[in-house]
Amino acid sequence: MLKHKDLLGIENLTCDEILEILTTAESFQEVSSRPIKKVPALRGKTVINLFFEASTRTRTSFEIAGKRLSADVVNISSATSSVSKGETLIDTAKTLDAMAADCVVVRHAASGAPLTLSKLTKASIVNAGDGAHEHPTQALLDAYTIRQRKGRLDNLKIAIIGDITHSRVARSNLHLLTKFKSHVWLCSAPTLMPVEIAGMVRDNGSYLHLTHSMAEAVANADVIMMLRVQFERMSESFFPSVREYFRYYGLTRQRVETAKPDVIIMHPGPMNRGVEIASDVADGPYSVILDQVSSGVAVRMAILYLLLGAHGSSD
Amino acid sequence: MDLLIKNGRLVDSLRKLDTIADILVRGGKIRSIGRTDISDIPVFDASGLIVAPGFFDIHVHLREPGTEEAETIQTGGQAAAAGGFTAVAAMPNTKPPNDNPSITHYIISEARRSSPARVFPIGAVTKEQKGETLAEIGEMFEAGIVGISDDGKPVMDGLLFRRALEYAQMFDLPVIQHCEDLHLSRGGVMHEGAFSTRLGLKGIPAAAESTMISRDVILAELTRGKYHVAHLSSRKSVEMVRQAKASGVRVTAEVTPHHFSLTDAAVAEYDTNAKMNPPLRSDDDVAAVIEGIHDGTIDAIASDHAPHHINLKMLEFDRAPFGITGLETAVGLAFTKLRLPIGRIVDMFSLNPQRIMKITPWGLFEGSAADLTLLDPSRKWSFDLKQSRSKSRNSPFDGCAMTGKAVATIVEGKVVYDDRRLAGA
Repeated sequence: MLKHKDLLGIENLTCDEILEILTTAESFQEVSSRPIKKVPALRGKTVINLFFEASTRTRTSFEIAGKRLSADVVNISSATSSVSKGETLIDTAKTLDAMAADCVVVRHAASGAPLTLSKLTKASIVNAGDGAHEHPTQALLDAYTIRQRKGRLDNLKIAIIGDITHSRVARSNLHLLTKFKSHVWLCSAPTLMPVEIAGMVRDNGSYLHLTHSMAEAVANADVIMMLRVQFERMSESFFPSVREYFRYYGLTRQRVETAKPDVIIMHPGPMNRGVEIASDVADGPYSVILDQVSSGVAVRMAILYLLLGAHGSSD
Repeated sequence: MDLLIKNGRLVDSLRKLDTIADILVRGGKIRSIGRTDISDIPVFDASGLIVAPGFFDIHVHLREPGTEEAETIQTGGQAAAAGGFTAVAAMPNTKPPNDNPSITHYIISEARRSSPARVFPIGAVTKEQKGETLAEIGEMFEAGIVGISDDGKPVMDGLLFRRALEYAQMFDLPVIQHCEDLHLSRGGVMHEGAFSTRLGLKGIPAAAESTMISRDVILAELTRGKYHVAHLSSRKSVEMVRQAKASGVRVTAEVTPHHFSLTDAAVAEYDTNAKMNPPLRSDDDVAAVIEGIHDGTIDAIASDHAPHHINLKMLEFDRAPFGITGLETAVGLAFTKLRLPIGRIVDMFSLNPQRIMKITPWGLFEGSAADLTLLDPSRKWSFDLKQSRSKSRNSPFDGCAMTGKAVATIVEGKVVYDDRRLAGA
């Protein structure tokens, strides 16, 4: 049972809380392999997926997670809601709260939007990605996948490569993995590396390494996490061309060979094949990209359960 | 108005005055300073208080015409009086902007009708503040502007800014720049630093300000124009102004109370009342700004009072407008955060602002307009946003405890604000 009403980010979670989520997810993983993939844990609970930004995999993952726990799941995307009629975020939240939603899963292009909502709603808020701030469920499912493959979260060399500046995935993973004392190597062109990033992990600063050299980041890595180049956020020229980007920061087979022999390759999706990752690597033997997707359902089931279900169940 | 202000401590460094005396006001002007025992006019007891030349906030947004739901000349003027200001200079970014004499006339006549504090309009540098061609600076000067600025936006075009610095010399008007290289700041919503990275908000680097100041001081040197830096906020900016002053450039600078009171840490919970432009900066920048105040690099404190309707400030941080109100908290914050001698407080709020703007000076001398600010440097109080005279409520200082306050405001001999706590009263 989480002490928090909401899941807004990794930053304020303890290692114990993270482990509780991951352990709970393990027990839910099995549900997805049953012929009837449903348990009654959240029967009578209402989960609203409120997505202000386009998303297929995260929204679907939350929807499936909710439904496998028997919750009533409603999807709202900004294109079909009163948001497009000019309603403010705050009014939307109050409206959903008045309908007695138990949990609102929010994705928003503005950093901080879930925090703002959480202060105004009785419903639990789950951050499904806010701006360039955090994407906690992604980091948790990444941790789940890493732990599944490596048996631990500490003392690993993890390279996170790509557009760090615009990446909420990188931020959440940086918080999580340094809490567990793994070495995180952030690697990007200097134009895509945010300023003063060391300030984010002051307590675990010795576990953060910054480099512009992909060779350095990948060498002997246990985990390589590739980030999507976010063309939609690129209003400035961060790099001259896709071709040149791939030359310096694209993950190829040759580069993978310098990592540990049992390296795993991750990507939060959706991938730009040929931009940040070569197709043969994405589909190759080290790739755990599809494992991440199935972990995602289990981890989100665990989060919904721990926020909504673990107390006062009438069953 | 006639008034006898008794027993105040009169502080005016320009008139080399720091003494306890009475001020006799006749017909809105100071008739005499000294000991007076006239009994046929109202007496205003200033015992235990500082009596200073009226404070002048040279950077406010009164939103009228165009955005009266956020502020009007009347409510802004009332907030000014409640903050101890006898006069304000109103930035031209109204709707439509003050880029022609008819808007200037409107502001002046509306202020005469409704505002307890004097309102001096600032004219736009360029037509519609578009940064393309010069506005009718001379016509606006005839109508009563006291400076020119495209505040809210910088004049990005270097040639046009050079022309403004040259042309404004015909009228001895200061050219006030909102220093921001719009290319460097594009899309930014807070100071670029550790906090913006952690919060995932796009940063505005300090360099967006300081590089603009460096261009401008070189142009000011070239043209011999009168250049004023609005709301400076970063260490490099302070250094740039300090260096320019040392080499004889005609440059002055102001700072806002929030830039010496708060850092970018205030944004931590995505509080839109901590969103302003220039943004709240780092600890180091705040330290440098305070040094700049103490060594005289920074001439004036100005609030950048920027009211916004709550409907806009309750949006997501990215979408909310820049700016906070500040007229009622400026003096209290200066007392509380700066530990300046009283004479320097008066310099920064009254004498220096008067020197920067093209106005007829006032002060503690016979014949001056009786515009006076009364201060109690030891008064403990806290700001109650609900009681604010401003129409808007976008301040991060609600409940902020302060020591030192402007307790009364007198304009042309008329008491427009009085919050004295008299012994026995």
